[in-house]
Amino acid sequence: MSFLTLSGINKSFGANTVVRDFDLAVEPGEFVSFLGPSGCGKTTVLRMIAGFETPSGGTIRVGGADVTALPASRRKIGMVFQAYALFPNMSVRDNVAFGLRIAGMTRAQIDARVAEMLDLIALGHLADRYPYQLSGGQQQRVALARALAPRPNLLLLDEPLSALDAQIRTSLRDDIRRIQRELGITTVFVTHDQEEALSISDRVVVMYKGRADQIGTPAQIYNHPTTRFVAGFVGKLNTFDARVAGADSLAFGGQEFSGLRRAGLNAGVPLTVALRPEALSLHRRPGDELSLPGRVQHSSFLGSVIRAQVEVAGQSVSIDMFNRADAKLPVAGAPTEVWFTRDDVLVLPEVSP
Amino acid sequence: MAEVSRRPPLLSILIALAGAAFFLVPLIATFNFSLRMTRGELSFAAYRSVFESDTFLSVLGFSTVASLMAIALGALIVVPTAYWVRLRLPHMRPLIEFLSLMPLIIPPVVLVFGYVRLYGTSSILPLTMTETGTNILLVIGYVVLSVPYMYRAVDNGMAAIDIATLTEAAESLGASRPRTIAFVIFPNIRSAIVSGAFLTFSISLGEFVITSLLNRPAFGPYLVQMGQDYAYQPAALAIMAFAFTWVCMVLMELFATRRPGQRLLQWRAPRTVEKAKS
Repeated sequence: MSFLTLSGINKSFGANTVVRDFDLAVEPGEFVSFLGPSGCGKTTVLRMIAGFETPSGGTIRVGGADVTALPASRRKIGMVFQAYALFPNMSVRDNVAFGLRIAGMTRAQIDARVAEMLDLIALGHLADRYPYQLSGGQQQRVALARALAPRPNLLLLDEPLSALDAQIRTSLRDDIRRIQRELGITTVFVTHDQEEALSISDRVVVMYKGRADQIGTPAQIYNHPTTRFVAGFVGKLNTFDARVAGADSLAFGGQEFSGLRRAGLNAGVPLTVALRPEALSLHRRPGDELSLPGRVQHSSFLGSVIRAQVEVAGQSVSIDMFNRADAKLPVAGAPTEVWFTRDDVLVLPEVSP
Repeated sequence: MAEVSRRPPLLSILIALAGAAFFLVPLIATFNFSLRMTRGELSFAAYRSVFESDTFLSVLGFSTVASLMAIALGALIVVPTAYWVRLRLPHMRPLIEFLSLMPLIIPPVVLVFGYVRLYGTSSILPLTMTETGTNILLVIGYVVLSVPYMYRAVDNGMAAIDIATLTEAAESLGASRPRTIAFVIFPNIRSAIVSGAFLTFSISLGEFVITSLLNRPAFGPYLVQMGQDYAYQPAALAIMAFAFTWVCMVLMELFATRRPGQRLLQWRAPRTVEKAKS
């Protein structure tokens, strides 16, 4: 039995439909991320779960109860905002205690719970500080403690890391995941950063133009994208226009390749074929079966990775190879072969635009 | 190039001095004049004379009460309006801002004649027929005059704290709308309301046009009457009014720049609030 269920959710602002036919079932204790570009409707879905927007159609259930028409203040859903949204007039302690006071707990209960929450985020020593005296990372941890203090049924995180600098972003991301696991709280996380979504989630919902384009584990989303949008948005991608050439063969990059999966299409049907930069190599590796001829355009040394641009069949292809001590930078202008395996070829239904 | 940068900005200094003189010379002259009521010596006789007058105290009392009521009414109208516009009708903000500026565009004399015509003898709401009614019109007039300042102060206060997100944060923690306003919104814009209040007070206390045309026994018309009848007392009154306005400004600045957890006069009560890094 799933804990959070969204069925047939639609949302329009005037003539502008921002969420269409959105279905999702989240298990208890699961960490689900909504990933997508800005304007894809991910924040709108989150705000409908929180109760800040009313769906134009569909139902939202939390723990079996229909909350679609319930005001935000009665949903028992904790929320963390991108802009922290700490109450500026209250100290850290009072911010965390706010939800507990509203719930009518006794002073002793409040003090105990606040101390527990501040321990959880390791900021007990800053209890008497005011928000303006804290760094962004500290403020966001207080916001997390404040959201969790009243023991909500559900935790919603609306791009909580976007306003922070890179180092703090990574450490707070790990903190969020640790705390979420410790408390076992069902969590929905919204982000436009694919690395964030892939690293932190049990499942990822990739959203595009108001729809859930693909729902799956981070590995499924990355390794087996089912739409061209997902393949292009999650990770870097080289795409080729292709067409079905025969029973089990596809033609792309000026060559014909046999033994490739294609879902029962007739010869001549146009497709898109995609290859990840890290799946390609300029040296034949064990297992590499297929290759395309090309010419090196330029290459750059990025430390752990050597990145090369190679012209293949009139288009520029990106290649990432692990750096080794004996590796040489590919020389611009040199002819070369681009190697990959059959399994690396992602066949996507839509034709590239 | 180096020579240019080494030269003192003579022109700038001259302009600043001329500007300062423009304000300071009349002020000093007025103050000096106000001290010369007793022939041959400098004294505060003019000020004493003003304070000894019963009329002075009664008009000041009347104006103070009218101004305080204007502050209360203005805050009651402006705070919920600004809150609602920011929260639910953000697309209406340019319109509301334009409307709030109307009192600066329409002269008070037009406003008061409008009132007299609308609420005069032949009106269904003949406010000008009674003393209370006229006082109500006066307070409403003050509110209208102060709306540009009150609205701007409150709206800026709300802009500084992201009213929408704070409201949502409070609601997600279980707070009802009234509790959100009482415990989250109001405390965070209190200093903005206080700023607006001081501005309203200093505008309505010396207001002349509306007060005089509604024939109210208030400070503004009294000041003008004194100017016609006496020589030294008006100078003393002008200096006092000026000092009063400055006190208002200083108080406003104190309230506006105070941060939570700090005392109002923090240099008297130093607290170790810095060293946020740990």
